[in-house]
Amino acid sequence: MAGRTLFDKVWDAHVVEDLGDGVQLLHVDRHLMHELSGVRGQKEIAARGLKMRNPELTLGTFDHVVSTVPGKRGGGNPGAERIIEYFRDASRKAGIALHDFGDDGQGIVHVVGPELGFTLPGVLLVCGDSHTCTHGALGALAWGIGTSELTHVLATQTIVQAKPKTMRARFDGRCAKGVGAKDMILALIGKLGTAGGVGYAVEYAGEAIRALDMEGRLTVCNLSIELGAKVGMVAPDEKTFAYVEGRRYAPAGANWTRALEHWQSLPTEAGAKFDVEHALDCGALAPQVTWGTSPEDVVSVDGVVPDTKPAALEYMALAAGKRIAGTRIDRVFIGSCTNARLPDLRSAAEVVKGHRVAPHVQAWVVPGSARVKREAEAEGLHEVFRAAGFEWRDPGCSMCVGANGELVEPEARCVSTSNRNFAGRQGPRARTHLASPATAAASAIAGEIADARRL
Amino acid sequence: MERFATLRSVAIPFPQENVDTDAIIRIERCTGTPKEELGRYAFEMARSDPAFVLNQPRYRGAAIMVCGTFFGTGSSREMAVWALAGMGIRCLIAPSFGQIFFGNCLQNGVLAITLSPAQVEALMRRAEEGAPFTVDLENQTINGEVGFGIGARAKRMLLEGLDELGLTLALEPKIAAFQAADRVRRPWIYDFTRS
Repeated sequence: MAGRTLFDKVWDAHVVEDLGDGVQLLHVDRHLMHELSGVRGQKEIAARGLKMRNPELTLGTFDHVVSTVPGKRGGGNPGAERIIEYFRDASRKAGIALHDFGDDGQGIVHVVGPELGFTLPGVLLVCGDSHTCTHGALGALAWGIGTSELTHVLATQTIVQAKPKTMRARFDGRCAKGVGAKDMILALIGKLGTAGGVGYAVEYAGEAIRALDMEGRLTVCNLSIELGAKVGMVAPDEKTFAYVEGRRYAPAGANWTRALEHWQSLPTEAGAKFDVEHALDCGALAPQVTWGTSPEDVVSVDGVVPDTKPAALEYMALAAGKRIAGTRIDRVFIGSCTNARLPDLRSAAEVVKGHRVAPHVQAWVVPGSARVKREAEAEGLHEVFRAAGFEWRDPGCSMCVGANGELVEPEARCVSTSNRNFAGRQGPRARTHLASPATAAASAIAGEIADARRL
Repeated sequence: MERFATLRSVAIPFPQENVDTDAIIRIERCTGTPKEELGRYAFEMARSDPAFVLNQPRYRGAAIMVCGTFFGTGSSREMAVWALAGMGIRCLIAPSFGQIFFGNCLQNGVLAITLSPAQVEALMRRAEEGAPFTVDLENQTINGEVGFGIGARAKRMLLEGLDELGLTLALEPKIAAFQAADRVRRPWIYDFTRS
């Protein structure tokens, strides 16, 4: 018999009922909620006269609409305040673990879940946010859901899903210094296109994935949805287990031993068949940066802007054939569920140290969680950023999506460590270039898109 | 949910590729705008252009949109479907869809049809001419000639206006039995320290 994939093992362990037609009812082990999508679901079940079935399996925090102005600890506007208050009140009444302002666990759901040991290998985890695929980095089966599905999870602790096909994306070789997780996944999206993963659950494998720390794997899995795949996973290994052990909600004692035994059985077996396989050589990879309005519009930082999408070039005010490096910028945003973890901030700080942000650039660092902020400050990273002229802000989604009103100005150009460069994503007519924390930091210093390896 | 009846209307041609849910409904409209008001904010950023397709009188009242590749990519915001439904759209036709968006469509009684790029291209031209469309879910045809595929379960849900949550609530004994067995198999899922 052919070996089984990680995805198949985790999927099959969660089937409550086969609904026919390739659709199954699956058990949700872990449900993460943030205030923006959470509130709609909470209101919906209240309107239907239903209650949360398993509040003990749900964790809530505030990220989307919170102001990241230092010390503000609330919404960016009165509407945001109302959302926060409703979510806080409904969550407390329902009895879910709510990580409020002042708690280490307040921050971006996809940073907080793994950090608290709430996300575990082999769990099925959902959240009302498309970047829930991030949690696959631990070997969890995780994807983003809409409001109706969220309501369904609150009331039944299950989700209805058609089983996707499987893809394995192998990252061969080792990345050179100055090239990392963000560059790897952007390069893959550039190669396959943003619809390349539609209908697939992706497993990321290969030497370069094994070499990444957990935070790097979280970055890779985070962009699965930008590859068109709802699910992206990495097989759990010793790094995963070491990362999870001792965290706040992680199993302990006899449960740890049993869980570990289960997790060790999860990786894809030799001979397992995937519906499709892709490979990417990391040895030759340069830092990547986007030039257009889709994450697939990606080029090496030492490359030139192609002429394939005139409308995107017009929106971005770029000329085909010109080098992307040297493009003058106005803003830098280091943050988001993609790149706001401690190693991300370390890598940016390493580039920034001893330099100054260019006078015409406004540069922000928004840590992913209160814990990331605390740990970064303990290492003095905030002083490095502040000394260089960066703003050091409070945790939240901030300028990745602008739900809190923190936006890039019209026609301003921003190098962002986030995940989406859609037209208007960071603000109406804002121009976004996605890149790694090191590239964003180097660009802030240079005042233009820059190669961190040359600074 | 409203049952899906055969649609007869003009179809809005929307050939742009990779239309993301941020473009369909801006994040600012997701933070407090009531569901039933979202229709007027669909494609808000593009509406200021008088030539924008949704501003053209010939497409007023359209229940169908013919779309470019990978329509509805990006954010999971269901408000994107609510906004489209709010402006009267009940059927989307495209070579591919954002996967979360695709699921959200079904949850709201909106039929998302996937066809080959060549088939969509032909329908796009027809939509640009302002020709009438008929979408018949029962017989799985567009204009009586183009057949489309759909899962039997999704088809039944749309035709009967079924609500997924209602169906699952009836399976409560199965959920309880799963958890009881699973607690023995994977106790760490249920039994963990909470702050």
